[in-house]
Amino acid sequence: MKVLGSQAFWRGIVAIVVFLVLWEIGSRSKMWMAYEVFSPLREALGAMGFKKNYLPWVGAVPAPSGVVMAWVDVLGHAGYWQSWYMSFLRVIGGFAAAMLIGIPFGLMLAVNRVAHGIGFPTFEVLRPIPPLAWVPASIIFWPTQELAIMFITFLGAFYTIVINVVGGAKSIDVRYFHAAQSMGASRWDIFRRIVLPGTLPSIVVGSAVGMGITWEVVVAAEMISGGGSQMGGSGGGLGFFIWNSYVGGSYEQIVVGMISIGIAGFFSSELLRGFGSLLTPWLKVR
Amino acid sequence: MADDSANRVQAGEIAVEGVSKSYGMAKMQKEVVRGCTFTIERGKLTVMIGPSGCGKSTLIRLLAGFESPSAGRIALDGEEIRSPSRDRLVLFQESALFPWMTTWNNVMYGPRARGEAGPETVEFAEFLLQKVGLTEFRNKYPGQLSGGMQRRAELARAMINNPKVMILDEPFRGLDAMTKELMWEYYSRLFEENRRTNFFVTTDIDEAVFLADRILVMSNIPTQVRAEIEVDLPRPRRLADLVESDRANDIKKQALSILHAEAMRSFSRGSKAAADFVEAYLKRESRGS
Repeated sequence: MKVLGSQAFWRGIVAIVVFLVLWEIGSRSKMWMAYEVFSPLREALGAMGFKKNYLPWVGAVPAPSGVVMAWVDVLGHAGYWQSWYMSFLRVIGGFAAAMLIGIPFGLMLAVNRVAHGIGFPTFEVLRPIPPLAWVPASIIFWPTQELAIMFITFLGAFYTIVINVVGGAKSIDVRYFHAAQSMGASRWDIFRRIVLPGTLPSIVVGSAVGMGITWEVVVAAEMISGGGSQMGGSGGGLGFFIWNSYVGGSYEQIVVGMISIGIAGFFSSELLRGFGSLLTPWLKVR
Repeated sequence: MADDSANRVQAGEIAVEGVSKSYGMAKMQKEVVRGCTFTIERGKLTVMIGPSGCGKSTLIRLLAGFESPSAGRIALDGEEIRSPSRDRLVLFQESALFPWMTTWNNVMYGPRARGEAGPETVEFAEFLLQKVGLTEFRNKYPGQLSGGMQRRAELARAMINNPKVMILDEPFRGLDAMTKELMWEYYSRLFEENRRTNFFVTTDIDEAVFLADRILVMSNIPTQVRAEIEVDLPRPRRLADLVESDRANDIKKQALSILHAEAMRSFSRGSKAAADFVEAYLKRESRGS
């Protein structure tokens, strides 16, 4: 409730409203630029090589009112929700696999010198390869397209999570180890009660960042791979939804798809952060 | 309860015999500790004082067993020290409380790690927390405690393990003057109640005189023992009494003059830190205190 009264909150609201209004005006530029008053502007645009009858860029973008209408229309269609469902399934699948494999793998690299010597060079060679470069290989090597896309989203989150876990575990102050050691703690106890909680903040940060990357990757992968047309209709995820709208010439729906992804990514990251701060209660008390 | 906990105290004695420690190889070799011989006596509070950067912390790491001496021998009750152990617990300059554990879990860490967290340990932990005035802060995280509270929590966390020797490396450094005095009182009360073997390193002469049974005055690098001073002031001690005490002032003067001689020596060898000490010492002399 405090937030509602704060100046920053209202500043944010006003900014968004102003943005929407300017967008609406801009995208209706074809209408108002026809008036005689704007002929110098038309000439100037033409001189720069742009189309004369509407504003560049923003004039070609569908208006917010149109987007809202398209959205309302699409809300009633099962296909739209199917896209959400498909993308979420892939993100969660890839992300969960990245956590399940990435966290133990990262911890092992950080704790065990031999494992680090064996695993880290390979990891560092593979890491610079962008997940999207794996799309063709992935489609060939995995039996179903679904698994192929999930694998690519997995890669997106995996590298980030591993790097964060290794970095977090390695940056735990040596004095905590000294203290635990001198109180007679076993190696296992040091791992469980010092290394694990000491790395937890980095795991949370790595997961939140990894989740963001997962959404970036899943959308691109869906666009490239055609989005699993065996599901029927536009059931190929939000990325495919955007691509399909583009092919079908429905520009309003493109924007609907873009905003949907923004919302999905935002809520997944927020959910993770909220869950993360429950796991690391000592961080928020400072 | 107090008797009960006192019964568990097993005081140990550490003998340091001709210990040297150098770092680096061949021409780059630097000797930090040279031929140190002293005893940390059973059930006594031995304070080591010396100019800052004189290699005291190195000596502490040797005593704790994190490093081994280049020459000589360190033994606890006749047994040579080779690795860290709960018998010799160290309190370092910086807080080493685990930030992810509450005060209570921090204090209970040692017993739990060794699988010894029975009901009497819980009772002992409660007793210790009360002794250091942190009962109400048992569910707070270290980040929520003040600097002085953190040091006290750490004292409790070390004492619950009943070490044979407690080693403290400038534990109250960086606290403000008022808090420091409060800490001295807490700490000396804890010592007086159970007479553990304590080894306390400091650069603060007032701290040394107030706390010590015996003061070891150290030289500049490479560290050697310059002098040993018996502090035969009666216990329990109170700060107010000590300010009045002539004996305390004598001891302080004695220690300071040795430190001064030491500072002059390293000043002539070009140490700037020593110059500060020499200047401060001369000012103090001219005031006649």
